[in-house]
Amino acid sequence: MVKTKNLAFAYEGGQKLFFPDLELPAGEHLLIIGPSGVGKTTLLHLLSGLLPPSQGAIHVGETALTALTRKELDMFRGAHMGIVFQQYHFIKSLTVSENMKLRQSYPQNADDKQRRNLLSERLGLADCSSKKVTELSQGQKQRLSIALGLIHKPQIVFADEPTSNLDDENCDRVVQLLKDEAEICKSSLVIITHDQRVKSHFQNQVVL
Amino acid sequence: MKLSYLAFKNMVSKPLNLALSLMLLWLSISLVTFVFQLSEQLSGQLDKNIAPFDMVVGAKGSPLQLVLSSVLHIDVPTGNIPLSEAKKLQKHPFVKIAIPVSYGDNHKGFRILGTELGYLEQYNAELASGTLFQKSFEVVVGSSVAERLGMKLGDTFVGAHGLAEAGGELHEDRPYTVTGILQPTGTVIDQLLISNLESVWEAHEHGEEGTNDDAQKNSEHEHDDQGDHDHDDHDHDDESHEGHQHEETEHDHDAHDEEHDHNEDKEITSLLVKFKSPLGMVQLPRFINENTEMQAALPGYEVQRLTKLLGSGVQTINGIAFAILLVSALSIFISLLKTIRERRQELALLRTYGLSTRQLLGLALREGLFLALIGFVLGWILGRLGVLGVSQYLKKVYGYGLELRGPDIFEFYLLGLTLILTFIAALLASSSIFKLNVAKTLSDA
Repeated sequence: MVKTKNLAFAYEGGQKLFFPDLELPAGEHLLIIGPSGVGKTTLLHLLSGLLPPSQGAIHVGETALTALTRKELDMFRGAHMGIVFQQYHFIKSLTVSENMKLRQSYPQNADDKQRRNLLSERLGLADCSSKKVTELSQGQKQRLSIALGLIHKPQIVFADEPTSNLDDENCDRVVQLLKDEAEICKSSLVIITHDQRVKSHFQNQVVL
Repeated sequence: MKLSYLAFKNMVSKPLNLALSLMLLWLSISLVTFVFQLSEQLSGQLDKNIAPFDMVVGAKGSPLQLVLSSVLHIDVPTGNIPLSEAKKLQKHPFVKIAIPVSYGDNHKGFRILGTELGYLEQYNAELASGTLFQKSFEVVVGSSVAERLGMKLGDTFVGAHGLAEAGGELHEDRPYTVTGILQPTGTVIDQLLISNLESVWEAHEHGEEGTNDDAQKNSEHEHDDQGDHDHDDHDHDDESHEGHQHEETEHDHDAHDEEHDHNEDKEITSLLVKFKSPLGMVQLPRFINENTEMQAALPGYEVQRLTKLLGSGVQTINGIAFAILLVSALSIFISLLKTIRERRQELALLRTYGLSTRQLLGLALREGLFLALIGFVLGWILGRLGVLGVSQYLKKVYGYGLELRGPDIFEFYLLGLTLILTFIAALLASSSIFKLNVAKTLSDA
């Protein structure tokens, strides 16, 4: 599903970061673990095509990200990738269900109400689907964030520190949710974290 | 989900920004459309009303006042002229039509005009019901008057002295009878009660002495000076005519018999003239102004002068309104700039959803254009409400109303201008979208 080779990235005026080569078969999950400051989020941005690498190649499925134009990259990311961000990002002027609907609309222009309801049900968001996102509790925001990463059934889901603010019990629940939803969508899940508690859930692990 | 929906939601999510930009736009658009309608309709009304006549001959005074009073019926007359003088003009070879008018009374604020049937023809007035006046104290009623006063055929009323509604003495002994009601013409006729000349004369043959009404003060009342000694002289032949007497006819008064007296002493307020040839326009007014005690005024010229005067006012207001329009474009620019900065993370999020830079730009432009459209429509409606308000007022005071019209071609241009200004403002405000660093924006919380 994901394959990288000789990947490196340098921020302007910063040190060059080198990343180990990755190879993840389709449908399998991957945990990338490492302490703060080694470029975990940078790697996620590279893998999702939000940052162009300074060197090396990235393949997602059969597609070479480095060969795509900016617009093609936007389309590809929108259609095939889901991202669960470390900070929650929503459209604040829309309600919970509208945020989900918006995610479905681009770029395929789909509108699957059944899927929204089902996902809301499973993630415990059914009661607040017409609430503004600013009115949600932290836990609800976390779950909405997961929903937005998965609602469009992407081939691959990237999750950036999904458990960092959670207690042990919730940590397990959230990881399980992510895994379950990824199974249902037949998506590959790539979790990037410094959280050692997540380790026991994944067979494929890469340490940065 | 459509981008337009998101743009709309984004727009209404900042009600204070929205209100400020909207109000500025609202104000400028309503001002421009209101003033435009007002000046358009005013000059349209004026042109329509003066169209039938090339020249007005009346007593000396302000030519504009003469036109306003005798043609448009919104001012007091300059005075009276002798019918005999007017009769001479009627026979002039350059004159095609010359219609005498005489007035000085009102019924509930609507003027009672004594004239000839030709007057109605000039305005293409047609009867809605009844018949035209045939003898004295029969009256045909303009459509607005009939509507406002609820007049029917056969109704009777008495004229009140003067042209204003309040305070005039009633001519109780000379009631008018409504014999006809006119169809709406969109001209001054709609506001008039029209009878023959004799009615107006006869109404004033009684009870004239005590009534020094404002409207007639500036004209007829030389009789204040001469009344005392005159009284004795002609009480016996015609006690009524003091009110209308003029100095010229004074001298040979005693020598005339009663019938002659009627023709010579009769006065009218003015004579409305249409020329046979353009030569008349060149020669007659100057001849009259230089050689007679009367004054000739050209309605076309006077109205042109008036609209020129009004025009500078209109231009000033338009200038102010366009300045506000620019400020409102500036306000849209600033508020979009602000919201785009505040929503940088949301825009970056949309990029990860697969929206292109162009689509994000479209989002911002839509937000601006929605605002412009809503502001314009609200402004347009407010402008029309203004027209409605002024129309009510004008109807009450001058008897002229304004129409509520649909969108004018000028207003479409204005809409185009507003949209272009907003488009430019929104485009400038969205330039940061091109430079959006998605990865960095999303990781800075």
